[in-house]
Amino acid sequence: MAHLRSRVALGLARTRDLLLTDVTDLFSGKTALTDDLLDELEDRLLEADLGVDTVMEIRDHLQNDLRAKKASGPDEVIAAMAEVIERILTPGVPPKEIGADLDGRPHVVLFVGVNGSGKTTTIGKLAHAYRSAGKKVIVAAADTYRAAAVDQLVVWAERAGAECVRSHEGADAASVAWDALDAAIAREMDVLLVDTAGRLHTHRGLMGELEKIKRVLAGRLEGAPHETLLVLDATTGQNALVQGEEFSKSVDVTGLILTKLDGTARGGVIVPLARKLDIPVQMVGVGEDLESLMPFDAHEFTAALLKQETA
Amino acid sequence: MFDALTARLSTVLDRLRGRGVLSEENVTEALRDVRRALLEADVNVGVARSFIESVKEQALGSEVGKGVRPGQQMIGIIHSEMIRLLGGEGNSAEVDLSGSPPVILMLLGLQGSGKTTTAAKLAVHFRSGGRKIGLMGLDPYRPAAGEQLRRLAERIDVPVEVARESEDPVDAGVRILSELKAAGSEVILADTAGRQTVDEALMNELASLRQKLNPQETLLVLDAMTGQDAVTTASAFSGRLDCTGAILTKLDGDARGGAALSLRGVTGLPIRYVGIGEDLGALEVFHPDRMAGRILGMGDVVSLVERAAEDAGGAEVLAAEGKRFIEGEFTLEDFREQMRRLRGMGSLQDLVGMLPGQFDRALTGQEIDESSIVALEAMIDSMTPEERRRPSILDGSRRRRIARGSGRSVQEVNALLKQYSMMQKMAKALKGKGRKGQMPFPPMFR
Ligand SMILES: Nc1nc2c(ncn2[C@@H]2O[C@H](COP(=O)(O)OP(=O)(O)OP(=O)(O)O)[C@@H](O)[C@H]2O)c(=O)[nH]1
Ligand SMILES: Nc1nc2c(ncn2[C@@H]2O[C@H](COP(=O)(O)OP(=O)(O)OP(=O)(O)O)[C@@H](O)[C@H]2O)c(=O)[nH]1
Ligand SMILES: [Mg+2]
Ligand SMILES: [Mg+2]
Repeated sequence: MAHLRSRVALGLARTRDLLLTDVTDLFSGKTALTDDLLDELEDRLLEADLGVDTVMEIRDHLQNDLRAKKASGPDEVIAAMAEVIERILTPGVPPKEIGADLDGRPHVVLFVGVNGSGKTTTIGKLAHAYRSAGKKVIVAAADTYRAAAVDQLVVWAERAGAECVRSHEGADAASVAWDALDAAIAREMDVLLVDTAGRLHTHRGLMGELEKIKRVLAGRLEGAPHETLLVLDATTGQNALVQGEEFSKSVDVTGLILTKLDGTARGGVIVPLARKLDIPVQMVGVGEDLESLMPFDAHEFTAALLKQETA
Repeated sequence: MFDALTARLSTVLDRLRGRGVLSEENVTEALRDVRRALLEADVNVGVARSFIESVKEQALGSEVGKGVRPGQQMIGIIHSEMIRLLGGEGNSAEVDLSGSPPVILMLLGLQGSGKTTTAAKLAVHFRSGGRKIGLMGLDPYRPAAGEQLRRLAERIDVPVEVARESEDPVDAGVRILSELKAAGSEVILADTAGRQTVDEALMNELASLRQKLNPQETLLVLDAMTGQDAVTTASAFSGRLDCTGAILTKLDGDARGGAALSLRGVTGLPIRYVGIGEDLGALEVFHPDRMAGRILGMGDVVSLVERAAEDAGGAEVLAAEGKRFIEGEFTLEDFREQMRRLRGMGSLQDLVGMLPGQFDRALTGQEIDESSIVALEAMIDSMTPEERRRPSILDGSRRRRIARGSGRSVQEVNALLKQYSMMQKMAKALKGKGRKGQMPFPPMFR
């Protein structure tokens, strides 16, 4: 996983440099935290999509903490920022490792998210990760809406060495999910990954369809789906918060996946998101091939974000 | 579309209302909150700053007109500055197809932004203008990307050629161009693979493609949900590839769309079209004034107009939507927008209280609850844009389809249309009666 780590670091480099350079420039040689400095710092954090509330929280923290300690060097400022961010990003219960003991047999994972966020691609990568851990994997092509969505998933399944249950375009998504779970049980699969069509949370009817898929899975196998993962694009701004809330309301999201961290976007919005919803970030996507998925690590993410050497 | 920003701006500016003068102090205070609202709407930090600066300058430099309250004046300034930043009023955003055919339009952008879908939407759009269209798929990388474009093309019956697996996209572009030319395509839409701007090899590939295809326009396709990165993405693509315009997708959601302001603010690229759904008809020409109107919110504008009318018998601020209502052109789209805004605004009690008189009664009579508002929205969501604009075309079979699509009964669809037509009648009645004291929307942010 070492090479993946460095790719995330690369993707985050811009943020990091931006923050670091600015913070260092801003604070070096200064002895007091002035409002101007805090304003500047605030802007930098906002530019990383941390959102106004979270940035204010960090600002308050810095103000109180650092002023009390009469500390204001760049290292101290960065350490204080990192502390707040990492605290927000650290879930109460650490996410399970891929390949660890799975709930349910098959272990059913439902993928949800807005259009184009990276659901299908992530399923390909995760299928590969489970296959590499020696699991038998089947995927369900329950996006029966988007043109060639099924064909796309079929290619990923082939690449990952997973089986695939599909129907025709326009078929009922929930029945595909049902059939796939049926097949997964019959073929004694370890893992079933269910792909769904992208949908904006504002479309009530489509959210209803998602709820139905979830109900159908639960009806076929008690406890299913064992995980419901919301896939978020790292370029997304504050709308990610509403997405998190609305998808949670509908299908009770159990984990987040942050994709496209290999680009210039910083994915900083997961900070306010984690602050608002108690949902752990499970994995991050860092590219378009099978290997480009890695577990999320709050400490590393924060360190990369702020370019603080990992201890 | 920009519900929350609207609510914020209105709340903030409401505080300014009723004050006699625009002092430096209260302008600065209000603008602090406006800045916050812009940032929450994902407007880039730098863009928000210059926007605020410019509004402040104008606000302090301007004389408060006779009979106009300071707050109104302020909203007027913010509104027109937003229109200006979004591209100015009256400029046609449309792609100019008058060049000698084939006119080539190349689409590019980040992964998943909506390029392929938009290419097909544009095909529908231009074909309705009587052109012969050809679609060119230049994404041999993403699994089934070519197949996706091919299926869409078949659905709309437009000629299509896609890059073969492992064919170099630049070679494919040259090959397909000559094939589509030979087939007589007058407008060729080139769909390219999604890419990150830090991927030098892929950015170079686009540059050579652009050189080989020599497109009339190079259009950046940007997701409306994009955060602060919009600025980085837009300037990287437009700087490297001389983009000529942009298309904003997924505006059917509730993204506050600060990306629109950011994009314009840093690149100056005209936003030409907006995507408002997954259907291939869900494309609209971009209207800066409409967008600004949405940012500020229609209901608020109407209530402003009302106040202005009460005060001075003439309004400085008269946004397109407000005017449409007054002229009785209140579409189902407006209706839905209104519902959305209201739903986000607190208790139903308040909500009903804010609806116009007759409609208010109609609603309370039926003991409407939150979920019926959701149902109303779902039904309107299931209509085509055309149906929303011209509900008169909603015959029995269309109503059945909408009922099916939204999981509601036909009776419910009928009820919705009745409520809507009542509201529209009010708007018409209003037009007849003139303004004073008869405005449909009670002030919303008191
Ligand atoms: N660079 C990069 N691209 C990614 C990543 N994950 C997904 N993508 C790309 O993003 C685009 C959209 O990914 P999909 O997997 O099709 O997204 P989706 O959520 O299934 O999309 P819909 O089903 O249409 O809603 C594709 O071009 C993917 O290759 C990532 O981690 N990094
Ligand atoms: N709701 C909504 N969805 C849209 C809109 N435009 C595109 N989409 C959806 O967004 C997803 C991605 O669209 P694509 O056209 O595949 O995006 P792309 O940019 O070609 O993606 P890549 O080729 O993978 O980079 C699909 O699920 C589309 O249906 C829009 O205006 N509204
Ligand atoms: Mg998909
Ligand atoms: Mg595409």
